[in-house]
Amino acid sequence: MALISCKDLAVGYDNAAVAENITFELNEGDYLVVIGENGSGKSTLIKTLCGLIKPVSGNVSYDDGLKKTCVGYLPQASEDQKDFPASVWEVVVSGCLSSCGLRPFYNKKEKALARENIEKMGLKGMEKRRFGELSGGQKQRVLLARALCATQKLLVLDEPVSGLDPKVTAETYEIVKRLNDEGVTVIMISHDLTSAVGYSDHVLVMDGTIRFCTTKEYLETFNLKEKYNG
Amino acid sequence: MGEFFGQITLYFQFPFVRYAFIVGVLISLCSSLLGVTLVLKRFSFIGDGLSHVAFGAMAVAAVTGLTNQMLIVLPVTVASAIILLKNGTRAKIKGDAAVAMISVSALAAGYLVMNLFPTSSNVSADVCTSLFGSISILTLTKMQVWLSAALSVAAVAVFVLFYNKIFAVTFDGNFASATGVNSGVYNLIIAVITAVVIVLAMNLVGSLLISALIIFPALSAMRVFGNFRAVTICSAILSVSCSALGILASILWGTPVGPTIVVADMAVFVAFYLAGSFKRVKIR
Repeated sequence: MALISCKDLAVGYDNAAVAENITFELNEGDYLVVIGENGSGKSTLIKTLCGLIKPVSGNVSYDDGLKKTCVGYLPQASEDQKDFPASVWEVVVSGCLSSCGLRPFYNKKEKALARENIEKMGLKGMEKRRFGELSGGQKQRVLLARALCATQKLLVLDEPVSGLDPKVTAETYEIVKRLNDEGVTVIMISHDLTSAVGYSDHVLVMDGTIRFCTTKEYLETFNLKEKYNG
Repeated sequence: MGEFFGQITLYFQFPFVRYAFIVGVLISLCSSLLGVTLVLKRFSFIGDGLSHVAFGAMAVAAVTGLTNQMLIVLPVTVASAIILLKNGTRAKIKGDAAVAMISVSALAAGYLVMNLFPTSSNVSADVCTSLFGSISILTLTKMQVWLSAALSVAAVAVFVLFYNKIFAVTFDGNFASATGVNSGVYNLIIAVITAVVIVLAMNLVGSLLISALIIFPALSAMRVFGNFRAVTICSAILSVSCSALGILASILWGTPVGPTIVVADMAVFVAFYLAGSFKRVKIR
């Protein structure tokens, strides 16, 4: 049984589809990169997968083990958070909310999980720093730590490297790859074709038409095209 | 100094002064807690907007001759708050524009209705009272004091119980929803408390003051502190102490209550602004 599968999915806002005929299946441990131009519906698809918006038609189904509460979502960086008074600790521990249910405060287990993920992302000693004053790469690691508090199964990343310099970009990819090697399924949107695709094992191309294939197949056709054009 | 205390003790023998003091402090506590969230959600002006809605509804209620105006005022204001806050960033008309629109239309409609069907001979004085609330805080009944006490307890309790959720929903609503937190419900809760606090505060202290009570303590605290908990606690303390000082000062010097409190909040903001810049210079 696939971890997550979409069949004839159409995504969009207010019943107007931005992208249609999306069909794919992901198994546990897969690494999917979603590529396509601006406005092709990548973010909309991701939001649909996370349950933030309803599909226009078709459906998304999850494996029983992966309830909706187990999606770790890494949204696009938002300017609003720049002057938000939130410490690194507060941001990371808020990832545990889903397991709290109606209980108003975090328990020891959740706090330990948050500490563990802070350490894992190399943020130890920065717990009291203000989130808004961190560098771009540090912010992404904080958000990754938060997403890991919410899930051990599926990470969904919306352009995690936009605005980062090449060195930090490579670091971020390495971290995501390491998590994927540990068994976390990854779905990532990227603009940065060459390096992002290199880490993945599946590619979803959204350029008007939707194409889902393995990275190997994608690279073969990509190289053919290059040759043809050159 | 002794003379000061003597005068204050003298004034505090009057029940209406005690009532004004208690209610003023309670309302500033509630509004400062909400203020942190509202300022961060870019809804600083919602206090002003909703109090104008309440004013418009009050005018309609007065004309229809209802004995209990709250029956109209509260539902209308709660509905407006929900419309404004529920959709957040996904709304078709964005926050500031929506607040401005609702605020201006309600104010205009209310004033129009009051003029077309005057219920008292001095319309502009009525308007002035509901906007600046300078007199109404001194004419509180015991019932109103209990009502605002109960409301404050409820607002503080909800805030403490849902503190972590309110943080998550304010900081990053999309992430919270993706992990299964029902952001809609918490936005609704925030909207309803906001509306109720504003309606009560509007009756008691006027619309000018309620806006100041919502924005100033939060902004002052955010100058100095970098985490949500410290900002929340600091803004509650600032708000309560500014209101207490403001009320005492207005008793001593006979100044209007609302504006005195606003001036106190403003002074604290300037002090915290300077302290904040000093702190940042030191870090660099």
